[in-house]
Amino acid sequence: MTMNTQGRPTTPESVSMSSIETVSGSRGLLQHEDLLFEIGTPETTGVDLPAPKGTKNRLGGVARKVPTGLPGLSEPQAVRHYMRLSQKNYAIDLGLFPLGSCTMKHNPRLNEKMARLPGFGDIHPLQPQATVQGALELIDELATWLKTLTNMPSVAMSPKAGAHGEFCGMMAIRQALIARGEGDTRKRVLVPESAHGTNPATAVQCGFIVDEIKANKRGRVDMADLKAKLEKSDDIAGIMLTNPNTCGLFETDIKEIADLIHAAGGYFYCDGANFNAIVGRVRPGDLGIDAMHINLHKTFSTPHGGGGPGSGPTVLSEALAPYAPVPFVVKDADGMFRLVEDIEGDASESFGRMAAFHGQMGMFVRALTYILSHGADGLKQASEDAVLNANYVQARLKKVMSAPFEGYCMHEALFSDAFTAEGIETIDIAKALIDEGYHPMTMYFPLVVHGAMLIEPTESESKAEVDRFCDALESIARRAAQGDETLKGAPYLAPMRRLDETKAARKPVLKWAEPEVAPPVAAE
Amino acid sequence: MTRYTQPTTFYTEDHEWVTVHNDLATVGITHYAENALGDIVFVELPEVGAEFAPGDDMAVVESVKAASDVYAPIHGKVVEVNGALTDKPETVNESPTEKGWFCVLEIKDGGEIAGLMDEAAYKAYCEGL
Amino acid sequence: MRYLPLTADDRAEMLKTIGAKSVDDFYADVPESARLHGTVEGLPDHQGELAVERHMSKLAAKNRAASSGPFFVGAGAYKHHVPASVDMIIQRSEFLTTYTPYQPEIAQGTLQTLFEFQTQVAALTAMDVANASMYDGSTACAEAAVMATRATRRKKVILSGGLHPHYAAATKMLCEAQGIEVVQLEHAIDGELALADAVDDQTACVIGQSPNTFGTVTDLSPVAEAAHGKGALLVSVFTEAVSLGLVTPPGEMGADIAVGEGQSIGNGLNFGGPYVGLFACTQKLVRQMPGRLCGETTDAEGKRGFVLTLSTREQHIRRDKATSNICTNSGLCALAFTAHMTLLGGKGLEQMAVLNHEAACDLADALAAVPGVEILTPRFFNEFAFRTPMNAEAVLAMLDEAGIVGGVRASRLFPGDHMGDVILCAATECTTPEDIAAYAAALKEII
Repeated sequence: MTMNTQGRPTTPESVSMSSIETVSGSRGLLQHEDLLFEIGTPETTGVDLPAPKGTKNRLGGVARKVPTGLPGLSEPQAVRHYMRLSQKNYAIDLGLFPLGSCTMKHNPRLNEKMARLPGFGDIHPLQPQATVQGALELIDELATWLKTLTNMPSVAMSPKAGAHGEFCGMMAIRQALIARGEGDTRKRVLVPESAHGTNPATAVQCGFIVDEIKANKRGRVDMADLKAKLEKSDDIAGIMLTNPNTCGLFETDIKEIADLIHAAGGYFYCDGANFNAIVGRVRPGDLGIDAMHINLHKTFSTPHGGGGPGSGPTVLSEALAPYAPVPFVVKDADGMFRLVEDIEGDASESFGRMAAFHGQMGMFVRALTYILSHGADGLKQASEDAVLNANYVQARLKKVMSAPFEGYCMHEALFSDAFTAEGIETIDIAKALIDEGYHPMTMYFPLVVHGAMLIEPTESESKAEVDRFCDALESIARRAAQGDETLKGAPYLAPMRRLDETKAARKPVLKWAEPEVAPPVAAE
Repeated sequence: MTRYTQPTTFYTEDHEWVTVHNDLATVGITHYAENALGDIVFVELPEVGAEFAPGDDMAVVESVKAASDVYAPIHGKVVEVNGALTDKPETVNESPTEKGWFCVLEIKDGGEIAGLMDEAAYKAYCEGL
Repeated sequence: MRYLPLTADDRAEMLKTIGAKSVDDFYADVPESARLHGTVEGLPDHQGELAVERHMSKLAAKNRAASSGPFFVGAGAYKHHVPASVDMIIQRSEFLTTYTPYQPEIAQGTLQTLFEFQTQVAALTAMDVANASMYDGSTACAEAAVMATRATRRKKVILSGGLHPHYAAATKMLCEAQGIEVVQLEHAIDGELALADAVDDQTACVIGQSPNTFGTVTDLSPVAEAAHGKGALLVSVFTEAVSLGLVTPPGEMGADIAVGEGQSIGNGLNFGGPYVGLFACTQKLVRQMPGRLCGETTDAEGKRGFVLTLSTREQHIRRDKATSNICTNSGLCALAFTAHMTLLGGKGLEQMAVLNHEAACDLADALAAVPGVEILTPRFFNEFAFRTPMNAEAVLAMLDEAGIVGGVRASRLFPGDHMGDVILCAATECTTPEDIAAYAAALKEII
């Protein structure tokens, strides 16, 4: 027999080292990565382009004087740069992402594949319409699904995000009021104090005045306050109400609210950010609403992409439909699809155009792929599983954390910081979750609950995953209740420790600049 | 009307202080307010010459997580602003009632001063919150 | 259901833990009359990947992809080559499936790339600072107009005759809702400098575009001078970001705010969206900016890191006093922009811009040689307008039959302006000499 005497030890030895500093700044798999501007040079490129011919330019002297000076990277450098940066991010594909009101559900890869078909990804918005009939048909098909799921007669497809959809709905209301001759008198919009910040911001952007209504002890609209606000009603433009609301609760009195607003001569804008809790179980059109945006990036799984792009189609009632923005797709008698792009004919009462071109086509493809994959039965099941998971989280955690409202929740479970010991805050619990390998829940929102923690597990999590998350949060909650001071320093195990936001805001550094070279010391 | 030849300080329910001296009123925010806001990162001051009525938005004070309007406590015309706050907003945290003053108003109606709280009343007001 | 991990046993067990009989209990607050029994009527049930893929592919096959033949459409969106690695980078799960970086300790990937994006956009536009992106160029333009009214405390905005009509429409809509007067100057191929005469001491800003919708490049410096003389701001717009490699950028012309469409760098045509709005301004105006901003700071151990900053301008804190209602940016499209820009580098972008310009020069020469064709754009980058002796719509339809997507008829963008015989066309680095020859030959046949 032959023997290899160069063998390496195969059992780890126990060595204690509390803190390990590395020369490279990397820590094992977690690579240190400087800014692009510190590693690239203006001469480097990752793109091989043919040499220009040297044609005399026809810019008439309108030519750039100072080069950009921007560095480039070769392809391997660029791929590695972004790969290393990517590994400093948490993501749904890595684990449960319980960010309440944001709906971080799984993003199916089929959606990505479909969006990249050249027939969708490589067509121009201003090509002759005869050459994009499939694209227009897709928009029409998705529109049909959205109208059917909401039982609403019309949908504006062009809004580019949820807040843009709110803007669309409120502009339609504004236009309807102008058409009634009440554009100048009906200016007051009721908004619950629990509303997402975009609601009051949108109302003001449309020229309305915001009047806050209170929440009751059950976390719903305080009907007495609402009725008081409606006593004088000739200045009421409408109400903006999220349902299910930002506390994760279904507005019990929603039909009465709709009736009261309509009786007052106003319109009902429903913020559809939480539509994902009720798809297939309730059609918002049956609740008396006039407009609602649908976040395709929440309810219908188009990826959040680190902060967009989103898409916010907005369904409209019979009363608001004539004022929908351009463009929209119509199907002519000959079976051809056509874009109505100008404010004339079918669109003569339109409130205008919200953005260039026809909406977030790339998101439409993904959303329709998701919808067809789920079907009517799967969409309903997804809503129910999301609500079941949230109620399970609520049931498991309310023993150790404080639930501000009685009863079941919808798709997200809300807790307050009432259970924490003096000195321990919501942010400490959130940051401790990072050490446990989870993205924190939404914190300090909604504003109506002190130190709010809003947990939305979504339907994409198995029971085992939800249990593991609850185990982690339960143990952190116990530490918080006992006043464990170590929570204040969390996270300890993330790529970075807590960041100094005060410093960032006091002296904003918003771009990289060449470090100032110290002046040479004068020779003696 | 009462003339305050000695500087005398009054308070509003919006946690602003007003030090009155002859025809002038220096305005700032109280320790209670700066503490509630947290680390102040930005102050937007009014323009000299601007005129305000009580309750008008006169200045803005921002921390990382909150932005608050500073209201005019009385009718007045701005005669001086504390430009040092632009570069060093943290002064409002460090010295809210002295170096962290916002602006000086020329008083239009001395009678309005009577509607403000004195120190004892303000102290009681804060304790009641 | 392939996307739903809960099993029937899980569901039963979870209901037991909760103490509910069925999921119906959770929906008890829904008014009786609005409760659905069974699934929503009129909609099919779930399908497997293969079936869905077949359906979607069938729809896609009904569209003519830009790469499938000679293609010359521009006017706000452009066919460029995007390196394969860009798509790989934006499909990294950690970028694709994450949220707005609210928890900076576990979002440095997104934040650092946004910081790089802001630096790149500021350098390209020659402006002091840039934000973390907007929905697209048109909404960026509308937000710039409103920002100018805030900064100047004036209520009037003037739009040039060459501003993209969709940008003009989006700007008018946002402004009029807020009681801001919008003046649209007469549509003109080479009329951007008319802004200098139109500005008065009521004007918050003038909005000019270079290259404009007709392709004309203009040095807006005289407009900036006139505007500043009246206390107004210059908003300088571009729809073709590649032009910044060769054409005078907004900052070199004295612009106060620069806005534009970033689709050309890193992003496909996607039938109009999602795209990425670029937004930059002078240091003086930074606190009036809409949208997200990423800034540098340090962590508890003194290590450099990045956070979202100056968020008190935004809706989630300022609510009804926010600078804008915008919540999201166009994060993933901004990443695509940054990754492509990183591969190009400043020199690469310049070279790409030169190739675009040369292709457009060749196209103009080839089309000008066709009897009856008149090139209308005096100075251009990669697109221009030309007049045909026939109706433009008919010409484009016939070109289509020859397999050529020849551009966009001006009357589609300027319906009331008697431009029925004008075609807007563009060439890029994707345009080959054969494409140009085919276009010229087909056009000669048609007219």
